Amino acid sequence: MTAAAVSERQLPYVLAITEAIAQLMREDERVFLAGEDVGRYGGVFGTTRGLIDEFGERRVVDTPISEAGLLGLGVGAAATGLRPIIEIMFMDFVPIALDQLANQAAKMKYMFGGTARLPLTVRTMAGAGMSMAAQHSQSLEAWLCHVPGLKVVMPSGPYEVKGLLAAAVHDDNPVVVVENKMSLGRMAPVPEELYEIPIGSAYVVRPGRDCTVIAMGRMVSEATSAADALADEGIEVEIIDPRSLSPLDIETMVESVARTNRAIVVHEAVRFGGFGGEIVAQIQEHAFDHLDAPVARIGAPFSPVPFSPVLEQHYIPNATAIVEAVRATLGRGA
Amino acid sequence: MPPNKKPAPTTDPAPDVLRDLHRRMVRIRTFEVEAGALMESGRIPGALHLYVGEEAVAAGVMCALRDDDQITSTHRGHGHLVAKGGSLDKMFAELFGRSTGYCKGKGGSMHISDLTLGMLGANGIVGGGPPIAVGAAFSNRYQGNDRVAVAFFGDGASNEGSFHEAANMAALWQLPVVFVCENNGYGEFTPQRDHQRIVDVADRAAGYGMPGVIVDGMDAIAVYEAAAAAVDRARRGDGPTILECKTYRFYDHVGVHGMRIPYRSDEEVEAWKLRDAILALETRLAELGVLSTDDAASVHAEIDAEVAAAIAFAESSPFPEPNELLEDVYSVEVAR
Repeated sequence: MTAAAVSERQLPYVLAITEAIAQLMREDERVFLAGEDVGRYGGVFGTTRGLIDEFGERRVVDTPISEAGLLGLGVGAAATGLRPIIEIMFMDFVPIALDQLANQAAKMKYMFGGTARLPLTVRTMAGAGMSMAAQHSQSLEAWLCHVPGLKVVMPSGPYEVKGLLAAAVHDDNPVVVVENKMSLGRMAPVPEELYEIPIGSAYVVRPGRDCTVIAMGRMVSEATSAADALADEGIEVEIIDPRSLSPLDIETMVESVARTNRAIVVHEAVRFGGFGGEIVAQIQEHAFDHLDAPVARIGAPFSPVPFSPVLEQHYIPNATAIVEAVRATLGRGA
Repeated sequence: MPPNKKPAPTTDPAPDVLRDLHRRMVRIRTFEVEAGALMESGRIPGALHLYVGEEAVAAGVMCALRDDDQITSTHRGHGHLVAKGGSLDKMFAELFGRSTGYCKGKGGSMHISDLTLGMLGANGIVGGGPPIAVGAAFSNRYQGNDRVAVAFFGDGASNEGSFHEAANMAALWQLPVVFVCENNGYGEFTPQRDHQRIVDVADRAAGYGMPGVIVDGMDAIAVYEAAAAAVDRARRGDGPTILECKTYRFYDHVGVHGMRIPYRSDEEVEAWKLRDAILALETRLAELGVLSTDDAASVHAEIDAEVAAAIAFAESSPFPEPNELLEDVYSVEVAR
C-alpha cells in the first residue's frame, strides 16, 4: 500500500508542486528556486504562488527571460555547493537552454573524472490540450533521455509530482522533472509530510491479467479511463506508470508482460522517435518469449501540435485510442 | 571614450607579485610548447588549443585572484589551469589520456578542470562558461562568502547569446563576476573584422550597464593591475566588469601549425611575437632589479625540469581500464 492510499488529504497537482518546493526549501538552506516570473507573480501556472512571501527574493529568484543564462545559473550554483531548482516555464523553451543542460550539466561529472557534483533540478511544463499551439505544448522528454548524465522523470499525478520533486532535489545529479499542464487541477490524496518516490522505480497503478499498458505522465489517467471501459467487457488491463524514464525500471514492466503476454506503450509525445520505442525495444529484448502479440505504441502523429481545439483533440492520444489498441492487441475487433 | 580607457598606470606591483607573474607565465609557456610538440608528433591524442602568446592574460588575472576564487575557462584552457596552480603531472596525464589525469582520462584537453582550485573547467562549447561563472557568483553571494568568479571568453564567444545572457544577469544583480575577454583577433580562423562590427569587445559592457576596460594583453603588469581593480570592485559588491585583453595566439587555432591553411600573414604573427609578453616582462623585471637574467634563467630551468618530470609521470601512467568507461556518469551508479 502506498502512502497515497493511506492519506486522507486531497491536493491538486499544482499545489502538490508548491508544497513540495516549500518543504524542500524549509529543510535545506541550499535549495533555491529561480525562473521567469516564479516570484512575485507566482509562476504562470501558479505552481510557485506564495513562495516568495515565505522565502524572500534571496531564495525565490525572478530572472530575466533568459533560459540559457538561467540554466547556466543553476549549473554554476550546483557545481559550487547549492541545490538549485530551475524552472523552465514551458518545455518548448528547454531547447533555448539545451547547451547548459545537455553539454554542461549532464557531462560535468564525467568529463571532470567524477570530481563534480551537480545537484540540479530542472522543472518544466509539458503537454498539449490548452490550444497553446506548436511552441507551448510539446513533450520533448525523449530528447533528454538520450543524454547520459541526465535523469528524467514524468510525474503523472499529484502524489507522484510531490514525491518525484523531492527525490529530484535530494539527488546529486541533474534531474529534469517534466510536469504536465493539463494535470494541474487533478486531485489525488497527497501526504502532508515530505516523501520521496525513488527515481528509477515504476509503479503498477492497476493490476490486470490481459494486457500491460505502460503509460507516461498524463497518459496514466487516459489509460485508467480506458481500463475502466474495458473492464465492462471483461478485459483486465494492467497499468504501469514508469514515473522515471531515465533511469528506466524495465524489470517491473518485463515482470508484468511475462504475466499478461501483451503490452502497449502510450505517450503524449510524437510517436516517431518517441521514448516508447526504447521501452518496446527493451521489452522484446527481455520478454520476447512471453509475447503473444507485437508490442503496440501509441503517441501523437508526426506533426507540430496544432492550435484549433478540434485538431488538437484529434492530435492528443486518448482513452479511446488506448481501448482500440488493447482490443487489437488482444485480437478482438471493436 | 572615457569608460574604455586603459587604467592609469600605478606604481609597479610588489616584487613578489612580479616574480609570481613571471613564474606563472613561464610555466604556461613551457607546458604549452611541450604539449604542442607532443601533439604534433602524435604522442598526445586529440586536439589541443594552445595558449602560447596569451600567457600574460591568465597570469595577470590569476595573480589578482585569491586561491578560493573561481574561474570558468574556454577550449583554450590549459593556461588558465596552470596559472591557477594546477598540477602539471595531472594535466599532462590527462592530455595523454591516462587514469592519473585530472579527469581520469575522460575529459582531455578541452575539459581539464580542478574544482578544488576553483577551476570550473575548460569548455568545449564556445560561450559555455560565462553562464556558469554567473552561477558560481550567485552561489558566492547566496552563501555569504566574498569569492569572485571570473569568466574567460574570447572575441568569438562575445557573439554567443550565452555570453550576453550571462552579462545581463550579472549586471542586473551586481554579482561578483569579472568577464575577461581574451581578444586574440580571431574566432577560430575568422578575423575579428569579419565576425563583428566593433573593434573593442569592451564596448558591449555599456549595453549591460557595467564598466568595460581595455588593457594590453601582452603586458602582464597592466593585466594584473586592471584585473585587480575589477576583482576588487566585484568583491566589494559593486558588480561586474568586462575586462578586454588585446592579445594574440602565436600558434594555430589547433595545435602548433594546425592544418597549415593560411588565414593570417606570417608578418602579422612575427610582429606579435616581437611583443612576446614573457620577454617583455623579463626585460622590465631586470630593469627594476626584481629578477636578473640569471634569476630568469633559473626559473626557466626549474620549470623545464618540472615539465619534463610531468611528461615522464604521464607517459608512465596507466591508461584507464575499460571497466572505468561507465564510472562517474552519475553520482550514484545507475543500472541501465
